[in-house]
Amino acid sequence: MRYKLFAVVVALSILLAACGGGSSTSGDKVLNLYAWSEYVPQQLLDDFTEQTGIKVNYDTYSSNEELLAKLQAGASGYDVIIPSDYTVSIMTALGLLEPLDMTQIPNFANVADYVKGLGYDPQNEYTVPWQWGTSCLVVDTSKVTTPITKWADLWNPEFQGKVVLLDDEREVLGMVLTVLGYDKNSTDEQQLEEAKQKLLELMPNVKLFDSDSPKTALLSGEVWLGQTWNGEAALAHAENPAIDYIIPEEGCTIWYDNMAVPTGAPHFAAAMQFINFVLDPQESILITLEFPYSSSNSAALELLQTENPEAYDAYMNFAATNPLAEDMSRLKMIQDIGDATALWDRIWTEVKGGE
Amino acid sequence: METDILKPKRKFSLVRALREDSAFQGIALISPTAIYMLILIILPMILVAVLSFMTRGTYGNVVYKFNFQNYVRLIDPIYLRILLYSLGVGLATMVFTILIGYPLAYFIARSPVRKRSLYLFLILLPFWTNFIIRIYAWIMILRTQGLLNTVLLNLGLIKVPLDILYTPAAVLIGMVYEFLPFMVLPLYTSLEKIENAQLEAAADLGARPLRAFLRVTLPLSVPGMIAGSILVFIPAMGMFVVPDLMGGAKTVLVGNVIRNQFLTSRDWPFGAAASMVLMILTLAFTLYYTRKAGFGEELLV
Repeated sequence: MRYKLFAVVVALSILLAACGGGSSTSGDKVLNLYAWSEYVPQQLLDDFTEQTGIKVNYDTYSSNEELLAKLQAGASGYDVIIPSDYTVSIMTALGLLEPLDMTQIPNFANVADYVKGLGYDPQNEYTVPWQWGTSCLVVDTSKVTTPITKWADLWNPEFQGKVVLLDDEREVLGMVLTVLGYDKNSTDEQQLEEAKQKLLELMPNVKLFDSDSPKTALLSGEVWLGQTWNGEAALAHAENPAIDYIIPEEGCTIWYDNMAVPTGAPHFAAAMQFINFVLDPQESILITLEFPYSSSNSAALELLQTENPEAYDAYMNFAATNPLAEDMSRLKMIQDIGDATALWDRIWTEVKGGE
Repeated sequence: METDILKPKRKFSLVRALREDSAFQGIALISPTAIYMLILIILPMILVAVLSFMTRGTYGNVVYKFNFQNYVRLIDPIYLRILLYSLGVGLATMVFTILIGYPLAYFIARSPVRKRSLYLFLILLPFWTNFIIRIYAWIMILRTQGLLNTVLLNLGLIKVPLDILYTPAAVLIGMVYEFLPFMVLPLYTSLEKIENAQLEAAADLGARPLRAFLRVTLPLSVPGMIAGSILVFIPAMGMFVVPDLMGGAKTVLVGNVIRNQFLTSRDWPFGAAASMVLMILTLAFTLYYTRKAGFGEELLV
């Protein structure tokens, strides 16, 4: 009797497995892209498919950590990913990235020199720049009449319930550390404890934490000022010119996003084609126009100047997209803090779970 | 087994077994669910249990080295406070869904039969829209220059816009909204089963409507209330989307703690340990509750 039960279970298992394991990709006519949401223009992907016949599957993530989680869990089947600076360091340390074949990426010459060979990949062995940006101070000048120049201004009691911060412990605690005059990547327990107290003092002013779309609360008038990604600020500024972006006296975060290929990518050749294609000035413009972060492609900016002078001026004259050279020195990258992550997380939890 | 011996030995036939052998029918019916549970629930749960005893590597990778520290780290007043707070949110959601859901379920159960299915359909209708989209709709309604404030201001009922969005009140509104159907449906099944004759009997014996309700209807609807409470309380405990979007992410619930371990701190072993503890506590609570109050047979409906 028992074997009948066994037979049924086995038969159903096989059926189930047959349903699940049926998908296999054919040839190199597919490219699996895994990138930030709201970050890659559909037009660019369509152009690529039209020119090369390679179909692009675009999956999205909303944090570097999500990307890491997926890649660490094992073979992912992705061909091109867009990790940020410190994530590149982690990935190379864990052997998650495939070295690129630069001979197939001649358009690398279009990339601005100042984003080449940065600390996280000194030889550009694994990565090619995509875009870069900052996370600084945003102010709605129609609501806030006093001039705002530094992060410390957020603590003004006048702004009770009027501040938006990114929902990101590295950005928020990092910002508080710089207000106190410490390193934003500090792992010192004493300094972090001070930062916790300082952040608790700011909490009455914080209306919300939002990393996905901090501009929404700003545009709806729910908050007056706060911390945001530069691209979000540029989009908000286009909708409401009173919204200004400031590189505060204490400085803020600068980050660099890069195209890279995970180890064991099934379509390496297509990945090289895609990376080269994105660096083409004509295609790179599409990215800047739709998602106005800062461009890493100097040839693309030159082309934008002749093709769309209005957009070029808007890009060049706004601190979110084009920070002044003297402000650039105050920008600093987030670095992986290794084992201190647990300490940071605890403090973040204590601040939010405070009462 | 004896029947097998008595019967002449025949070749095994799947069709005949499915038609005649009741034990076989049972197995055939249960096996899709059993396989599903095994692959998608039991195996992952074993993985989580194993993971909770591992170590976080410096780069956030999992190092396969035995470590009990994850559980020790959880013995900390801050996590106890978060757990109590989450418990409070879960209980508040449960109480409000009963307060709002009971009259609604009662109304539907006492409606003409033809209209009942329409009402039930209307309750389920919002589920056709994605949950996140419905939450964003609430944000539109509740914000300072939102629908609610505009209407109230224009009617002259308030002078200053109400500050609801990104407060605990907004979280409660969102939670009660999301979980209301899970309370209404089991309550309805309970209330619908109550025969009118029982209420007539109560009236014949001299009970006024209020007394009849308290002594007949209410006790008979308790199983539905228990089932609804379990269906609301358990997911409400772990909910983090509503507090994040409508509460402005200013509070931490157990759900947030666990999610953050996987998606920001990249400390999978600690996150796994926290999930295990939450699971055991929830299970203990549910068992205690059902032992005290019965299983709530409407859970099976």
